Amino acid sequence: MKTEEEQVGATARVKISRRTFLSASAVAAAGGALVIGFSLRRHVHLGAGPSAEAVENPFDAWVHIKPDGSAELVLARSEMGQGVYTSLPMLLAEEADLDWSRVSIVQSDFSRGTGGSGSVRSNYLPLRRAGAAVRVTMIAAAARAWGVPETECTTSKGEVLHGRSGRRINYGELVPAARALPLPDLKTVKLKDPAQFTLIGKATQHLDIPDKCTGAARFGLDVRLPGMVHAVVARCPTFGGNPAKFDATKALAVPGVLQVFEIPATGYRTYTAGGVVVVATSTWAAMQGRKALEITWNRGLHSGESTDTLRAAMKQALETAPAWTSGGEGLDLENVQAAKRVECVYEFPFLAHACMEPMNITAHLREGKCEVWAPTQTADATRSVIAKELEVAKSSVTVHTTLMGGGFGRRYQYDFPAEVAEIAKHVDRPVQLVWTREDDMTHDFYRPAGMRRMRGALDAQGNIVAWADHLADVPLNYQWADPDKRKPDGSEMAPRPVYPIAQVRTGFTPIESAVPRAWWRSVENSFNGVAVECFVDELAHAAGEDPYRFRRRLLELPEIPRQRGKDEGPAPDLKRLIAVLDLAAEKAGWGKPLAPRPGTQRGRGIACTTSYAYLAQVAEVTVEHDTIRVDRLVTAIDCGQVVNPNGARSQLEGGMLFTLSSILKEAITIRDGAVEQQNFDDYSVLRMPEAPAVETLFVESHEAPHGLGEAAIGLTGPAVANAIFAATGKRLRRMPFRMDETA
Amino acid sequence: MAHFTLDVNGRKRTVEADDAMPLLWALRDLLQLTGTKYGCGIGMCGACTVHLDGTAVRSCQTTVADARGKKVTTIEGLADGPLRVVQNAWIAAQVPQCGYCQSGQIMSAAALLAKKPNPTDAEIDDAMTGNICRCATYFRIRKAIHTAAQEMSA
Repeated sequence: MKTEEEQVGATARVKISRRTFLSASAVAAAGGALVIGFSLRRHVHLGAGPSAEAVENPFDAWVHIKPDGSAELVLARSEMGQGVYTSLPMLLAEEADLDWSRVSIVQSDFSRGTGGSGSVRSNYLPLRRAGAAVRVTMIAAAARAWGVPETECTTSKGEVLHGRSGRRINYGELVPAARALPLPDLKTVKLKDPAQFTLIGKATQHLDIPDKCTGAARFGLDVRLPGMVHAVVARCPTFGGNPAKFDATKALAVPGVLQVFEIPATGYRTYTAGGVVVVATSTWAAMQGRKALEITWNRGLHSGESTDTLRAAMKQALETAPAWTSGGEGLDLENVQAAKRVECVYEFPFLAHACMEPMNITAHLREGKCEVWAPTQTADATRSVIAKELEVAKSSVTVHTTLMGGGFGRRYQYDFPAEVAEIAKHVDRPVQLVWTREDDMTHDFYRPAGMRRMRGALDAQGNIVAWADHLADVPLNYQWADPDKRKPDGSEMAPRPVYPIAQVRTGFTPIESAVPRAWWRSVENSFNGVAVECFVDELAHAAGEDPYRFRRRLLELPEIPRQRGKDEGPAPDLKRLIAVLDLAAEKAGWGKPLAPRPGTQRGRGIACTTSYAYLAQVAEVTVEHDTIRVDRLVTAIDCGQVVNPNGARSQLEGGMLFTLSSILKEAITIRDGAVEQQNFDDYSVLRMPEAPAVETLFVESHEAPHGLGEAAIGLTGPAVANAIFAATGKRLRRMPFRMDETA
Repeated sequence: MAHFTLDVNGRKRTVEADDAMPLLWALRDLLQLTGTKYGCGIGMCGACTVHLDGTAVRSCQTTVADARGKKVTTIEGLADGPLRVVQNAWIAAQVPQCGYCQSGQIMSAAALLAKKPNPTDAEIDDAMTGNICRCATYFRIRKAIHTAAQEMSA
């Protein structure tokens, strides 16, 4: 018997042979269903039998066509509101011609990382191919049973039809025969022409929504197990601090409190703060017990750090040469002949993810095996982390991925899994680790804070001839690169602007900080989008040209030949960008005056991007004294084939408002080495009255789909900032944007 | 610790709890009614909204002692009454994304509609401003409330 690790490795390197699957299926004898397993990340595999119970993780997903005609997709992705429980089975059902009303989803216990707007993009072909294999196999089985050529058979809604004879048969009835047939090669199986799609591209109701409206949906924090207890951790407010001593007497006197003990901080990758754990019979009792703890903190090495000290370091960095530079072609910006030069500094703060469901995880350790219920974006890594903390084999750990109340990148972290593993060692029954909102706010992994100096030069024709960007931020890679391999690099810089610019120079200077940080919806795009598209706007105004016309004119200039970098990917199709720019401008009434409102200043701003997809947005803003109100966001997008327009719109529009919240309201600030904000009273987020009207236009396309969860994040910031400038003549450059901005 | 008899979704339920225990934790931890969510614990996010004698309250700011003798309705009990139209409107408008805040959103909207069957946008803003949605489903929430209002008047 191979260990689980070896099998995963085998999946990665060598295709597991069909025979392995058959023997596994003989062990499993899994209810007589037709089972097709496949890897969503690597080579596609075929099989006729393994089940999740029988074989440890041979694939990322399985489709079961059951004898009763229903179909079940075992899915190894996390559902956190992005709609993958619906969009992914749609891909499968489309090509398999399943009866959509009889398709269901099962969350795999071997879930993979879910992020980077990648679920639909990366599964588009594998899931369609698996579906096509189902269809082809069912046709073959029916044709054989009827003694007719396969070419005379068609499929629809879970049935094979023979037109000439009028016969029809349900997939479920064909399962026994289909199981005996060879499966087609998934690499060459014929897929539908998108013009034939009956499900893909149709707005489809999300399968998980009804339960989310009745209270029946179970999130991580809703896990309830017999005998389960609840734990909270008192962590040092200062990053890097730990308890010097503590007295648990009063805590243990709180009714319901069962145990108090200390857990150590962990280092690189898991990065837990450690602290004093209170275990109790209810969440409330655990919280009360924590309040009663008497702890003297050793505040550690970083208690002098503050937003002020970080800002001073950033300002100083921007006055000196960057620690890393991109190199570049030709002349330095200073030596470029220019008619006009523009220079300015943008600034962005740390941001919390503030998922509505605070971090939590439930574990039950008994007899060397650990069962875990985790609202995580990365169950597979969670499993490894817990196994390592417990010093057991990964195969001794099972991680059930639950629904989760928001992810936004926060649930890609390993701190709460590592904490619960440590806690479970002390507790002889199921234990739910609960982070309070204050814990979640003050011990997040934040979106980096930074400043950047942008410099640009225009020639007499109003073309951008040089562009320089020096970013000084608290970098992600100083948190996540191997500690001995940390060096400044260009990983957080914006991609080269899509506009033709002969001289582009970028530079980066890292700012040291103890504040933890990690991926936050769209990662670096959340701050790069503003810098690039606001600065283009500043250059347009310096050139004396309408910002929409300026962009459009530049995008139509001949491309400047250059060697594309290895990491850059294929060049964007600027015609698709121009098309969405025109569409957004037209639908928003660009150039037509906005209806005046007495006592206010109103304006429109525009921005576009090729990050994630082709997008352009026009924001309409009203400024009244110091109050900024976004009235309307008009967005045009070409994201290739839209799989589920219902979910696509939700993701895109939700992303816009998530961004609006961050650029107008949110900031995490540091004082005495700790986060100042504690809860939603001092960390304000967007609320109902502040939500603008949104109009989103999807360009019809059958090109490969792009992910949408993060697509708007880099776009809405500059569109709104540019609109504020159009309304007031004041250029805001420090986020969150305030009319009384000081540098 | 004392015994409290609560009227939850039309059923008498007895819990043993400290007087000061918020109703939220009594529902979630003692009665296993986990549809009511914890979001902030300070009455700033609305995820824990329930009805107390028909009025929307934050169950994290309401103690079990406060709830004694009053009718508590949670998201799990809403479907048993006429306000189920709000849940149906939520499904029709495909409101939830992650869904975590939606129990509270629905309970706030249902209490609004019970008092104002045909609310204006400004009244919706007022009633819903205490409910945060980080997925920012606000536009669909507004649409669902208008849909539910139409259903109720039909």
